[in-house]
Amino acid sequence: MHEESHLIACDCCDALYRRASLQAGQTARCRRCGEILERQPGQARQNLLPLSIACLILLLIANLLPVVAIEIQGHASQTTLFGAVVALALGGEPLAAVLVLATTILFPIFYLLVLIVLTLPRIGSRFRQRMSWLIRAVRSARPWGMIEIFMLGILISVVKLASMATVEPGIALWALIGATVLLAMILAFDLRDFWLSEPRP
Amino acid sequence: MTATARGHRLITCLHCSSVWRDARDGQPCGRCGGTLYRRKPDSIARTWALLLTAMILYVPANVLPVMESRSLFGVQEDTILSGVILFWVNGDYGLAAIIFIASILVPLFKLLALTVLLILIQLRSGWALPERTRLYRVVELIGRWSMLDVFVVALLAGLVQIEGLAQIKAGLGITAFGMVVVLTMIASKTFDPRLAWDAAGMRGAATGDRVGMRGGAGIAGGVGSPGGPQ
Repeated sequence: MHEESHLIACDCCDALYRRASLQAGQTARCRRCGEILERQPGQARQNLLPLSIACLILLLIANLLPVVAIEIQGHASQTTLFGAVVALALGGEPLAAVLVLATTILFPIFYLLVLIVLTLPRIGSRFRQRMSWLIRAVRSARPWGMIEIFMLGILISVVKLASMATVEPGIALWALIGATVLLAMILAFDLRDFWLSEPRP
Repeated sequence: MTATARGHRLITCLHCSSVWRDARDGQPCGRCGGTLYRRKPDSIARTWALLLTAMILYVPANVLPVMESRSLFGVQEDTILSGVILFWVNGDYGLAAIIFIASILVPLFKLLALTVLLILIQLRSGWALPERTRLYRVVELIGRWSMLDVFVVALLAGLVQIEGLAQIKAGLGITAFGMVVVLTMIASKTFDPRLAWDAAGMRGAATGDRVGMRGGAGIAGGVGSPGGPQ
């Protein structure tokens, strides 16, 4: 078995092409079905480490502090991200609780932690070569981190409660907004580039 | 006819997009170590199994209450649809539309789209292959947004816990709904859109010229075209 490194095939329709040399920021698409074949990452990789660290800090803040607080006739109540998970579990829906825990806390934090390790200067390249499975795991975990959807969920909950209570957004909400923006920038980098731009292990 | 990796007896690694000659199904990729498969293993059977389970769970997800609100005025049970209606009646048309799209249209669209895609492969249809491939990518992309309702219920259940005055509890419907979202997400992962092109065989080639390059760089010509290898 040997590699045909000058060829690339479309993931969606199997059409075979010769690999084009792309300029920074350029994208090659399949002629037959329009799927992206390859994308030149440009400078995105250099910012990966600081972005991931900043995003992780924001996510930790978002996890520790209350997201929203409400007040109804003098009675106050608030929740953290984890509090929402606990409420689901105690309310008799443990499966839904696991789902929320995984998609809003575990997967995003796992993704960022691994990304930080992989992009560390010196140590990172050793990890990238020896622990390819980690990159594969993180790549498949990508659609399961749902911070941005959770954000929209907060907005909807706030409006839903506005008619019956005084609603006050917490600090964690601002941290989550920041994390969403940073995560969007981080996710623009396809981890495939770790393999393609480096010599084979 | 457009050249394909399969036609040239090559295997593409779906993890790192490297292309291999003389590789067998199940061998590890020499670049990233991921398992190589000509096509995703048992794609059609697995996708059908996940899809049918999702369809079955779709019924309790819509019929059972997703949440139960206790207030001074009594107990109120909401299903997904009644939640949308409540927003609409209160005049929050924008939010009603968002929830309607994320919680009702998207799951329904996903179930229908995957069913149609699977059936067309099994019929070996060559109809609208580029469009079908694009439909698959849309399904893959928007599927996660249905989790919205699960998050709303989780937040409300966590937040509204004022003993005697107002209390919200999650209902079994939200677990069923969450499972539908997860199952359809996994189903779109196990589905292999290349099977549609395989099944249609030669007919897929005719559409090759019709879909031009959009944005970004062009590619120096398909392998099968004059000047390709061999």
